[in-house]
Formats: sequence, C-alpha cells, structure tokens
Amino acid sequence: MLAFIIQRLLQAVVVMLSVSFVSFALFQFVGDPINNMVGQDATAEQRELLRERLGLNDPWPLQFVKYVGNIVQGEFGMSYRVGVPVEDLIADRLPATIELVLVSALLALLIGVPMGVYTGLNRNSWLSRLFLTISLIGISLPTFVIGILLILIFGVWLQWLPTFGRAGVVDLGWWTTSFLTLDGWRSLIMPSITLALFQLTLIMRLIRAEMLEVLRTDYIKFARARGLRNRAVHFRHALKNTLVPVITITGLQIGSLLAFSIITETVFQWPGMGLLILQAIQFVDIPVMSSYLVLIAFLFVLINLIVDLLYFIVDPRLRLDSLGRGAH
Amino acid sequence: MRNVFKKLLLMGVALTLAGIAEAKTFRYATTGDVLGLDPHTNNEGPTNTMKGNLYGRLLHRKADLSLEPDLATKWEKLDATTWRFSLRQGVKFHNGNAFNADDVVFSYNRQTQESSDMSFALATVKEVRKVDDHTVDIITKGPDPILLLNMPIFYIVDKEWTEANNAFEVVRASGSTNFANVNANGTGPFKLVEWVQDTRLILEPNPNYWNKANVQHNLTRAVFTPIANDATRVAALLSGEIDLMYPVPLQDVNRLENDPNTLAMQGPELRTIFLGFDQWRDESLDMPGTGKNPFKDKRVRQAVFQAINIDAIKRVVMRNAAAPTGLMIAPGINGFQDDMNDRAPYDPDGAKKLLAEAGYPDGFPITFDCPNDRYVNDEKICTAIVPMLERVGIKVTPNFQTKSKHFNKIGLPEKNNTTFFMLGWTPGSYDALNPLMQLMTMGKPGHGDYNCGQYNNPRVDELTEMIKTEMDEGKRTAMIREAFQIHKDDFGHIPLHQQALAWGVRKDTVKSVIQRPFNDVDLRYVVMN
Repeated sequence: MLAFIIQRLLQAVVVMLSVSFVSFALFQFVGDPINNMVGQDATAEQRELLRERLGLNDPWPLQFVKYVGNIVQGEFGMSYRVGVPVEDLIADRLPATIELVLVSALLALLIGVPMGVYTGLNRNSWLSRLFLTISLIGISLPTFVIGILLILIFGVWLQWLPTFGRAGVVDLGWWTTSFLTLDGWRSLIMPSITLALFQLTLIMRLIRAEMLEVLRTDYIKFARARGLRNRAVHFRHALKNTLVPVITITGLQIGSLLAFSIITETVFQWPGMGLLILQAIQFVDIPVMSSYLVLIAFLFVLINLIVDLLYFIVDPRLRLDSLGRGAH
Repeated sequence: MRNVFKKLLLMGVALTLAGIAEAKTFRYATTGDVLGLDPHTNNEGPTNTMKGNLYGRLLHRKADLSLEPDLATKWEKLDATTWRFSLRQGVKFHNGNAFNADDVVFSYNRQTQESSDMSFALATVKEVRKVDDHTVDIITKGPDPILLLNMPIFYIVDKEWTEANNAFEVVRASGSTNFANVNANGTGPFKLVEWVQDTRLILEPNPNYWNKANVQHNLTRAVFTPIANDATRVAALLSGEIDLMYPVPLQDVNRLENDPNTLAMQGPELRTIFLGFDQWRDESLDMPGTGKNPFKDKRVRQAVFQAINIDAIKRVVMRNAAAPTGLMIAPGINGFQDDMNDRAPYDPDGAKKLLAEAGYPDGFPITFDCPNDRYVNDEKICTAIVPMLERVGIKVTPNFQTKSKHFNKIGLPEKNNTTFFMLGWTPGSYDALNPLMQLMTMGKPGHGDYNCGQYNNPRVDELTEMIKTEMDEGKRTAMIREAFQIHKDDFGHIPLHQQALAWGVRKDTVKSVIQRPFNDVDLRYVVMN
C-alpha cells in the first residue's frame, strides 16, 4: 500500500513537470506581458530593461529550466501584476475555492445520490420524471447563464442574496473561512448551487443508470429470495455495487470543479483560484499561470490517488487481489 | 440615579442615530483592480486615480481639467528654465510626518528612476533643488512650456517613511515586494484602511488633510471592488449593493435609464480612437512580389478615409455613445482646435475615383490589425469597417487579437509589422505635444514609439521640436495648428472618434458625482444623500 502511494506521488512529479513544460511552450502564444505592465508613455529602453530583467528574452526552454530550478528551491516567482510572491497569492485564494468546491461537491452528492436512487427505484413515478426534466436543465444550460439567472432572480428581483463577492469572511490566520457567519453562508449559496448543478445532474443520472443495471442482476433476486427487507436490498446490495463508477466520476469531477470554477468565480466575483487564473491570463502573468497549472496537476493526481484508495474500501475483490500479489 | 441612567441611554441612542445618519459609505466598482499603490511604479488609468485619492501633488487637476494648488501654494517662472514653487506649510502625511521640501526632492529622485513607469512626467526636468524648507526650484533641461501640466502626475511621497521601509527603489516583479506598492502614506484627502487584492480596497477620509475644512465630499468611507463580469456589475448596481460602477456595457445603458433608482451618466472620454497606415515600406506586407505600397500614395489614404461611414459606426456600433473626430486629440486637451475638428465627408464613389486615379481601380489586399479587448467595441468597429472598405474594392483580411499580442505586432517589438491598424491614445500630459511626439514623428528618443505606420513629414518634425520649447502660448498654438493641418492634409491617420464614458449611478444614494473625461472616480467630488 505504501509503495503504491509513493509510486503515485512520483508519478505526480512527472505529471507536474510535463504540464509545466507544455504550458511554457504555450505561453509563447499568449502575448507579451510587458505591454500590460508598463503604460503607454514608457520608452522603448524602459520596456527592454524590464523584459531583460524578467528574463523574457531567453528562449522558452531556458525560461522553463530556470523556472523548475527556482521551484526546486521553493521559489515560485513574483506575480507580474502587483509584485507579490505567487505562493502568497495562491495561499490567499485557495481557501475561497476549496470551500466553494467542498460545498458544491457535498450539495451534488447529498442531493444527487438520493435522487438517483429514487429515480432508479421508481422509474415511472411522476416525481422521477420531474427530477429527470430538471436535471436536463442542469446538463444543458451553460454555467454562466445559470449564474446570471440566479443573480437576476435572487439578487436583483427578490434581493435575498448578495449578487457578488465573498462576504463575512473570518480570518483564522492560516485559513479564511466564510463558514462561520451568516453573511458568509448567504454569499456561498448561489455560487455553490451554480457550480454544483452540473455535478448533481451527472451523479443522479449515473446512479440511476447503474441502479437499473444492478437491480436486474441475479444476486439482487437472490437477496430478495432470502427475504431481506427492501432497504437492505436497495442500499446494502444495490447501491454499494453502483459506487465504483460513481466514485471515479465524482473524483474526476471534484478535480475539474477545482480547476474549472473559473466561470462561476468570474460570474460571482468569487475571490478564488479561478478568478486569479483568469486575471493572470488576461495580464499574461506567467509566474501565476505556470504555478497554477502545476498546482492543479498535483491536485488531479492527488484526487486520483484518493479515488484509487477508495476503491479498496468499496470493492473487497481489490483488497484480496492486492493481498495476493502485494502492492501493484 | 435612574434618571441619569435614562439620560445616558437616550444620549446613547441619539449618538447612535447620529452615527447612522453620518456614516456615508460609498461603494463603487469597475472591471479590474489597481495594479498597486506605489505612486511611482505603474502608469495605468484606474491605478493613477487611486493614487490621486491617496497622494498629494504640487498641483491638482480639477474636474474641468484646469489646474489648482495642492501642495504648492504659488509658483512663478524665474527664468526660461526655472520654476519656483512655494510649498504649503503645516501639511502632514497620513502617518503624521510633516511635509517639506525634502519630500519633493526625494519624490523627484524616486519618480525619475529608469524602472519607474511615471518617469515620463518629469523627463524634461534636470533638477529639483531645495531652496528652503518650503520652497523648491524645478529646473528644466530646456524651456518647457508644459511643465505645469505634468505636475498633477508628480506624486509626493514621504521621505522618512519610504526610507524607513527601505522602499526607495522601484522594483517590478523581481526580487522582493515593494513595501510602497501594498501600503500607502500620502497627503491626499483619503487614507488607506485595507487592500485585499482583487477583492476590496477600503479608504477613509484623511483626518490630517490640509484642506479638510473645504472638502466637497461627505464620505466617511469608500469601498472599491473590482467586478470583472459586466452582467454581475450591472446586477450589483441594480440590487443596490454598490452605489456606482463603470463602465456600463452600451447595451445596458437604456436599462439603467429606465430603472427609477439608477441612472447612466455619459460623456466623452479623452481617448481618441484612430486607424493608421503603413507609409514607409516600399512594398506592402500584403502585396509581396509587387514592389508596391498603395498607402504611400496620399490619394489612397484619402480614399480609405472617405470610404468609412463614421455616422453609421456611431449610430449602430457605438449606440451614439461616441463623438466622431477629425483631430488626433480630444476637446479638453491643451492644443485642441475646435474649428479643425471637421472630417472629410463620407464619399464611397469619390473614394473609388481616387483609387482609380492612384492606379488601383480594382483595389488591393490589406490585413487589418485590430485589438478585441482594449477599447469600447473595438472588434465591432473593425468588423463594421471591413465591408465599407470592401465596397470601394479593397480586400480586407481582418486580424483580431488580444491587446497583449496586438500592441506587440503593430508596435516596436515586431518592428511595426502591420499594414493597417487600430489604436487609441490619451496624451498623458493632456497636451498636444505628446501625440505629436509619439504618434506623428519618429526617429529620436521619445519619438514615434506608437507611430506604427511611420508617418513622417519633415515640417511636422520641425514644428514639433519648436513646440517643445516655445514659451509664448500664441506662437505655440499657431505651430500646433500648422502641424495638425499638415497631418490632416496628409491623411496621416484616420481619427475615428472619442468613445463615450458610461457610468451607472444609484440615484437614491448618490447625490452628486463629477465625471471627469479621464474615466475615473475622484472621491473628492462624491456627495452622498
């Protein structure tokens, strides 16, 4: 098991290296940061000086090597925009995104799983049909439209919820949280629903399809024949056997929630990583962009590792296998 | 005893009520955050405005663009190259330090470092000399008729504070964070309470402000929030969470006008949007192998000018939020000539004739370089111009790019790699000399950095050199007129319009605010209900 984890972490390093290599190759096409950093009245000499100082005159493979060299020493560079260390910027923004993603993922699971089970068991009830119709909206409407609709209804017309920002933040020193105040929760509601809607729909539909599949199998029939109660059959036997694909998808989705909360964060001006990367791209803030991508690559590998470990818990066959063969 | 308690309670209530009535928090938003608070690091519109709330200057530019005393009480010319400024006494910085001549000299030294983006404002200054504690002489390299116009962008910092925090050097994106870029200590009417990057910047009135008795605003607090998304920004204003926001997307102007609680304030901006031609290559980039560059012929440039229907662009693309222009500078810029602001008429048939005369009856191909995220509706304007040029026979390949690529392609980094391009310009000094140097002349340091088509006329060069040092205003204006007339007759560029500013304001909370044409919110002028 330990060997397995170490192996995965080594893979993470390779993934992070390749991601940053590819991203450095791509940065050549994003544009020149100098124009964003200086005003129109800067002289050609001033521009050249700055370009030289930032090392932008080096060929990109050399820029990449320097970047990796700095990272190994724990230096992520300085943001071009305000000139603060990138790790500080990311540390400032990470809590906002993690809390948003956490709430969205919980929403998606806590609502999506029961809805999926219900629609799988009661295929033809009117409630199932209603759920499926609503879920179509979740799948088909783009995130920014959902966000703007929510803002319009609950922010502008009803004025129940704030239209933008992350209010009521409590600073714990190492972490900023909006979980501790009413204002914090109020400002979390709309962004997390917007972000959760797609995942919720996906989970619900996946569980429904898997349930329909599993309910037809022999062991469910035998379980019923053994006289087990419906609840035991549905949840202990059926649901548990649907979970492997659900965990895989949920894991991957949490990764993409983290990485791609860009749109939701922009619509709600949520001060997280998504907003940071968007602004970094517009400004061609290379240190922020590269560190962000490396971090996201790491998170993806980490989440996949957790997913793999969860398989062991859910599926006893894997445990037997690995006991037989040692770690794989 | 009980009575005393009751009285105290009543007093408390009264005080609280007074407190509520007095608390005037002004919340406003625009697309992006400031780039930093260091007055000498960046030169960017919204950032400069914020610096103006925090930092004092020798002179302040009023809403009508005229100058008024700030840290200087009076100024006089001693000779052609020396100005003497008497400094205001008793002024204190936010931290309580006293302001004196040493701070002015120190600020000059700091702002003129090569890495400072604001050094252009003092490029003509040779030396700032302390005469006594409250008098300084500014000595220019040669006669400088517009020195005073640059004083509102000469920001005064506190010598002791800056040195104590080891922040003299303007560093950018390398080494350590500059302390002065994330903290502020000025003499301006507002002081910094808190800045959380990309989230909020909170200001409060400066209790030490020298002109506290005469301030126009009645704010107790101002909260600046960047909101990147247009729709969210509009929604935040409509829901009453902010009191003012800009820019209003042109399609939402009517909506704000129709809402009883909001209003859209519109006015012309100082930036002039224009098109330019490659006038220097012997062979156009788009006509390889022909050895021809049609834009070297004045008749062709005139034809392109007259093929563009500026009224259609104003009406359809800009929804009337633009002022078509015939000059490269806007009304309000020193040197603007109202009687010269007319445009050659829209005349596609005449344009075709001109092209035929010039030897291009069937037109010729061009690539049209255009930014898509810099100016109001920039891409849409270019999209509208394409068929107008196609109509007279010019085959246009549009090339829309993000600003960070566009400016490099047409600018010096790629050696003006363009045939036909769009650009916008606001003179940083609010004087005609700046566009003459940057857009219409070339070949010397400080000249032609954005003369992307390399327009070149020896007489304009000569006039520009004279305008730099001519101290007599009448003579100087005559020279500016002559230079602009030559450029106009040459069809050196195609000025299009000054885009309109559009601010969204809550009528129920904001009593009055002044919209200066440089599209910024000067908190000095905000009055709340």
